[in-house]
Amino acid sequence: MKRILILSTALTAVSFAAQAEVTVMSWGGGYTTSQVEAYHKPFTAATGTPVISVDSDNPAPAVKAMVEAGNVTVDVADVEYADAIRLCDDGMLEPIDAASLPAGADGTPAVDDFLPGALTECAVSTIVFSTVFAYDTTKFPEGPTAIADFFDLAKFPGKRGMRKGAKANLEMALMADGVPAAEVYAMLETPEGQDRAFAKLDTIKSEVVWWEAGAQPPQLLADGEVAMTTAYNGRIFGAAVSEGKPFATVWDGQVYEYDLFVIPKGAPNKDAALEFVKFATSTQALADQAKWISYGPARKSSAPLVGLFNDGKTEMAPYMPTAAANLTNALPSSYEFWVDRDAELNERFNAWLASN
Amino acid sequence: MAEIAPLLTTADGRPLKAALGAAQARAKRRAFFLVLPLLAFVILTFVIPIGTMLKRSFDHDGFSANAPLVGAWFDANPQSTEPDEAAYAALVADLAQMQKDKTPGIAGTRINYTVPGTISLFKGAARNAAKMEPPFKEALLADDAKWSDPLVWVAMREASNRYTTDFYMVATDLKRSVDGGTERVDEKQRIYRYLFVKTFILSGIITFICLLLAFPVAHLLATLPMAKSNLLMILVLLPFWTSLLVRTTSWIVLLQEQGVANNVMVAMGLIGDDNRWRMIYNQTGTIIVMTHILLPFMILPLYSVMRTIPPSYARAARSLGGTSWTTFRRIYLPQTLPGIAAGSLLVFILAVGYYITPALVGGADGQLISNFIDFHMDKSNWSLAAAIAALLLGAVLILYWLYDRLIGIDRLKFG
Repeated sequence: MKRILILSTALTAVSFAAQAEVTVMSWGGGYTTSQVEAYHKPFTAATGTPVISVDSDNPAPAVKAMVEAGNVTVDVADVEYADAIRLCDDGMLEPIDAASLPAGADGTPAVDDFLPGALTECAVSTIVFSTVFAYDTTKFPEGPTAIADFFDLAKFPGKRGMRKGAKANLEMALMADGVPAAEVYAMLETPEGQDRAFAKLDTIKSEVVWWEAGAQPPQLLADGEVAMTTAYNGRIFGAAVSEGKPFATVWDGQVYEYDLFVIPKGAPNKDAALEFVKFATSTQALADQAKWISYGPARKSSAPLVGLFNDGKTEMAPYMPTAAANLTNALPSSYEFWVDRDAELNERFNAWLASN
Repeated sequence: MAEIAPLLTTADGRPLKAALGAAQARAKRRAFFLVLPLLAFVILTFVIPIGTMLKRSFDHDGFSANAPLVGAWFDANPQSTEPDEAAYAALVADLAQMQKDKTPGIAGTRINYTVPGTISLFKGAARNAAKMEPPFKEALLADDAKWSDPLVWVAMREASNRYTTDFYMVATDLKRSVDGGTERVDEKQRIYRYLFVKTFILSGIITFICLLLAFPVAHLLATLPMAKSNLLMILVLLPFWTSLLVRTTSWIVLLQEQGVANNVMVAMGLIGDDNRWRMIYNQTGTIIVMTHILLPFMILPLYSVMRTIPPSYARAARSLGGTSWTTFRRIYLPQTLPGIAAGSLLVFILAVGYYITPALVGGADGQLISNFIDFHMDKSNWSLAAAIAALLLGAVLILYWLYDRLIGIDRLKFG
């Protein structure tokens, strides 16, 4: 089905070559909805260029396959940070000149307006998503407030949910152990730092329930299987606001990452695609997207423009990973670090998990 | 005296032997055309994909294709040669070329498989390589002192040949030492051997429990009158036909700490509310759920064999004075052996490669080796995934061979 969709899109693109249009490949579900509402529709209204949305489980492998086969049918793709870097390194993406992006609403040049690390050679970030920890307010009315509380079984007894993997857990463990966010990766580079992170994880290991899919943590919390859990912030927001679950998010010690737009090499409508990326990553478009999902805009100038959730009453700003109040003790996930250490630390993490 | 027999011919005078051969060849060709679709299907969907996947376990040209000059230096200088200025010059030239071709990430990734922290090393050095001037050794070390690490050079030497045993070494918790020999990895990193052993032990336990549970059920099914046994058979088959995911998630509902089983036990006062049993998201969960899911694979072969055992044999044994235990041990059990063998082999081999159930209910300590194959497919280290898969395949084939030697594959009966 997907292939037919792509094929027909390609055919349409060929037959109407004169009329430019932009095909955007993204992740589907509520996330694509937020992009259609905030980027695609306004872009078509402003420029007259139609935008076609294509869904994929993960656009990065699709882009890779298309470029390798020399048959690119997608103009813009939404990918994760590591994939954006890797595809760019492999020469599969068009470079995007950061200086050509529109300045922020307040006139700040794009290079300064985007959050640190949000712009790369070939990719422009749209949103920030974050790994945070959340708890059940009925179990802890007082509530934990700091990342150290997550590791404090004496003060806050109960099971913990954590993602089964080294990434984000090691960073959180070090921050809970008192390491300032800015020094976390320097410390994790050293064997002593790694030992320290694992030692901190050791303190709660017996109480941890490990999750893998993003949908699991709100479920574990709702079932009472865990008292606290790490989770992607959008999932907790969805359960708390849309479904009215008694969940609260603790932003202290959050580890945030970007999602980015890229243009595959050989995109059929490269110029229109570039226009689309500029439009979609403008201050207003990024702010509008937050109306539909609680992932933060990658531009600083978008934050003040973030309004209400689409239920018309929930103020979105406090739920954003990028809200100033939430960034007091926050760590941007380091792509450089994880691309180098992923295999090594996950192997150690797996060995640590399997040992009792 | 021997008479020369007259040459037999067909009606049109051709020698009979040739005519017969031609007719048989035609029949053979026709038979071959009949199996051709299946053959093509098997080759296209089974042999080729699995072959190319297994090839990845020893074939990786990420470094060798992008660093020809360093490769030439390695060829000219034997192992344990200290990298000299010529080596560094070759490396810098390769890095500069990589930067032009946008491949330092690919080459770095290949080295990173055995020496962590080298992707950024390659990328960083490649960025500056074009500007470097002799002496290249100093220039490169100024960029990053890690270039002098002998392990990086050992890894590059191995990777400069596209055919490698590196991935099999990683899959067996081994690494290359500074002198090019092999040694075990750091204790904190050891995982694969342990997992292989654990996978086989857990599969053995699951097979044994399946056998214990299935034997009486199959016996009951085989001895009851048809009408009743059909009804019971449906009870066996219904879960068999139900989606695997549905069954696995039902077990989560039943066994989790706030789940049905624990709630019932708490309500009955068997265990305290704050002392609930942890029966899922660990090894216990993996064993329980996999036993349930694989049970029909044990019951069905057992049933089909037991069905064919005439009840008169057991009656004869009893009438000759055998106790019920002796009758069972010496008459009934030996006759069910082909079924036991078939069921056990089926369940064991399925369990060894099982993936989805341990992934969902295994938690931390209930993971099997196949979960790590999946893990590395996800992390796009396909070569390591292929190496682990090849080892698993090899181990299963050895077991199959042993089984054939001990019990005999021709005694297998699936129904």
